[in-house]
Amino acid sequence: MSTTLRAERPLFEGADWEFSTIQRCHEAIEEIAVKELGLNVYPNQIEIIGTEQMLDAYSSIGMPLFYKHWSFGKHFARNEAMYRAGMQGLAYEIVINSNPCISYIMEENTAMMQTLVIAHAAFGHNHFFKNNYLFKQWTDADGILDYLEFARDYVMQCEERYGEAAVETLLDSAHALMSHAVHRYPRNRATDLRMEEKRERERRNHDEQVFNDLWRTVPGKSNTRADPTTEERRKALLQLPQENILYFLEKSAPRLAPWQRELLRIVRIIAQYFYPQSQTKVMNEGCATYVHYRIMNRLHEKGLLTDGAMVEFLRSHTNVVFQPDFNDPRYSGINPYALGFAMMQDIERVCTEPTEEDRQWFPDIAGKGDPMGVLRDCWANYRDESFILQHLSPHLIRHFGLFHVVDDSSEQHLRVEAIHDERGYRKIRQALARHYDVGWTAADIQVVDVDLSGDRKLILHHRAMNRVLLEERDTRMVLQHLADLWSYDVLLKEIDPVGDTVLKEYSASPRARIAQTNTP
Amino acid sequence: MHIVDRRLNPSGKNLANRQRFMRRAKSQIQKAVHETSGSRGIKDADEGGEVVLPAKGVHEPSLRRSATGGIRDHLLPGNKEYIAGDTIPRPQGGGGGGGSEGSPDGEGEDDFRFALSRDEFIDLFLEDLELPDLAKRRVASAEAVSWNRAGYSVTGSPANLALMRTVRNSLSRRIALKRPRPEELDRLRDEIAGLDADPDNMPRKLELEEELARKMRRIGLIPYIDPLDVRYKRFDATPKPVAQAVMFCLMDVSGSMTEHMKDLAKRFYVLLYIFLKRRYKNVEVVFIRHTHQASEVDEETFFNSPETGGTVVSTALEEMQQVVAERYSPDSWNIYAAQASDGDNTASDNDRTASLLTDTILPMCQYYAYLEVGRDSEHFPPGFIRRDSDLWQTYSGLIKAGAPMAMRKVGHRREIYTVFRELFAKKVGSEAVSA
Repeated sequence: MSTTLRAERPLFEGADWEFSTIQRCHEAIEEIAVKELGLNVYPNQIEIIGTEQMLDAYSSIGMPLFYKHWSFGKHFARNEAMYRAGMQGLAYEIVINSNPCISYIMEENTAMMQTLVIAHAAFGHNHFFKNNYLFKQWTDADGILDYLEFARDYVMQCEERYGEAAVETLLDSAHALMSHAVHRYPRNRATDLRMEEKRERERRNHDEQVFNDLWRTVPGKSNTRADPTTEERRKALLQLPQENILYFLEKSAPRLAPWQRELLRIVRIIAQYFYPQSQTKVMNEGCATYVHYRIMNRLHEKGLLTDGAMVEFLRSHTNVVFQPDFNDPRYSGINPYALGFAMMQDIERVCTEPTEEDRQWFPDIAGKGDPMGVLRDCWANYRDESFILQHLSPHLIRHFGLFHVVDDSSEQHLRVEAIHDERGYRKIRQALARHYDVGWTAADIQVVDVDLSGDRKLILHHRAMNRVLLEERDTRMVLQHLADLWSYDVLLKEIDPVGDTVLKEYSASPRARIAQTNTP
Repeated sequence: MHIVDRRLNPSGKNLANRQRFMRRAKSQIQKAVHETSGSRGIKDADEGGEVVLPAKGVHEPSLRRSATGGIRDHLLPGNKEYIAGDTIPRPQGGGGGGGSEGSPDGEGEDDFRFALSRDEFIDLFLEDLELPDLAKRRVASAEAVSWNRAGYSVTGSPANLALMRTVRNSLSRRIALKRPRPEELDRLRDEIAGLDADPDNMPRKLELEEELARKMRRIGLIPYIDPLDVRYKRFDATPKPVAQAVMFCLMDVSGSMTEHMKDLAKRFYVLLYIFLKRRYKNVEVVFIRHTHQASEVDEETFFNSPETGGTVVSTALEEMQQVVAERYSPDSWNIYAAQASDGDNTASDNDRTASLLTDTILPMCQYYAYLEVGRDSEHFPPGFIRRDSDLWQTYSGLIKAGAPMAMRKVGHRREIYTVFRELFAKKVGSEAVSA
């Protein structure tokens, strides 16, 4: 910590705030965040909103503008009823991964809360969005708001042209498949024209260098290589197997109109935009919480926060990072704020005051002395799964008292597989990391085959990891939607990856709701 | 950094989504609205409020793994007693150890509750319903009229002169007939004045003066505003319905009426009240209960305090007649009556009831509905056919003779709404008698 000059006056006193207060807080926080913590953030845009606007934002997945669909109305109605009945409080802020980074803050917040929210969202989350590799790879912070605007207008135009009912039916079906509308592996970056030209030149040069007219005269065997079977060719043509179901439909569904394909594309691009968020909950919240904790403490040290505000902050902070035990009635899973914050703090401890155990487990960072450098590196290069697998320390496993229970439905009892002891640390770490691995948590469903020249029956496989099947009622409904979009029969097989046996089958036939008017 | 104050942005951004949702879940919301309304008092039945929908209808499905079966890992914090290798009995009902799985997106299967505004509530409640044709008889003869704008006419009083329209007509006529404009005359006069000094200009000057004279003559011939141009705002008289109504609730409260029957009757009254409230600014409700004698009471007493005695329906009709005579002159009030009874009546009273109805009550009512409440029909053994009750027979006779009234039988509360809709559904033609 650098030497501290006490400020003459705190940033604010009491709970009231005005725009100049927010401006002052932002400047003071920016000073600490950028100069002392070395954060690298998008420019900030802070928007002050009221209750109803917060509810609005809730219902459109936090985005400031969105196309219209009844399901958002449903979420709005539910949130509003819960809020009015006092069953649910509202978030203090919502932050959007865009450039500039937009943070919505509630007008009801106290001055301390606004400071906290700015530190948390406008710097913590903002830094994470800008630097984490997943966000860099998958999302386009510069373009997202423009894209959403395009999507909204496009949906509106479709409604005018083809009728609200037709658009709604299609969006219903697309939303049902939204969870399986992401590419999980990095896409090829589109090469620009200049690159293309260069590569083309290189290829031609190569051809010219190795050209030998003699090859032409060599008598060739007719059909030396066996033709790929029709099945292989067809799979290659349709890029099968394909896990992104909406992508597959957009490209290959035989009877969709162009506007319907475009709508599928909109839904899938939005799903893809949120894909990194679901993989980085712990890290994202941990990063933001750690950042706000450091900043608020520094503000207090500098005399910019009154003692009263500091107590108010600590109270709110402790609530956020509270982790109830498994047998506590308040328990509802592992709190990502608690786990993330604890891990960030633990890394700081390992860097500055390592124990012998830490030196064994983390030889590369123990005692290195630059916690912010290590943390910034983590925030940039890990997602939840890899971060936990790499950095969850025995110290923390003991602190949380983590234990691993296996529930095999073919056995009568649950079995405690590992606890927080020498033998269990690695097992627990691995199992916890898996909890955050989308490859494990999301159902692995792929389009495997379709015979476009035959009966056009679409075949999907669900590889039922650990024999966990799909939720039956929902699956039937989703499959019906899929059949409507595909407009021919659809078959879903649930397959046990061990031994490739079929555990269960679903099939559905189209209801001619979507493609009926579009004769090919 | 920018700070943007969004608080003043227009609210209701989600209105379109909400309407779409309402349209989507309409049948369910209607059902919920109908059920909710049964549990309210008559006069606050038309407030908005919370309704509960079953989660199923507005469910958004997704592909997800089921919460049971297979091999699952749970990682739980807060271990105090377990060591590796311990076995734990499987918790029942998915609680306890299984808590970490839960539903992945937080969407429980709970019922879906949300609040409707008053207007939404009423709209859904009364959709497709209409006051029966009968009502228009009184409306047409109502004395109050309101004047509505209805285009333009060529006659009218000067106070109603449509100035814009008149001037517009005049302008087009002046252009069409080439009436010279004042500027043209001014220009000619200026030119003539400028030519005065030089004798060489004389021919030109004469020419101009002649033109000026011609134009002046033309102005004299073509008036600025001709009577042809004049238009008046036209008003049509539309008869204004008498904006107040009184609703008579007549009910038999003798011992044979069970709580169940009273509940059915109440539900029907609630519906009628909401319906009338929608059409009339001011709706009053009069409760008349009767056994072998009738009296006007308040709502609480009407539904809740038990009475004993025989059943003489005509007493209630007499009471109603008296109340109307005292307080609700049919000239200025729309009168609606709904009678609920289990159908019993003293045999000797049937004729008197019939004549009272046809001679006095029906002529002064907009609408008279008779609701025969029965026991829950499930209580009857199959094949059991009830004899039509005394009142039912009497009233059937009246309707056959063409009396403007409607009657229905109701056995279970779920039928009330249907019956009500039947009675008031938008349609042309007279009510058919059916049970």
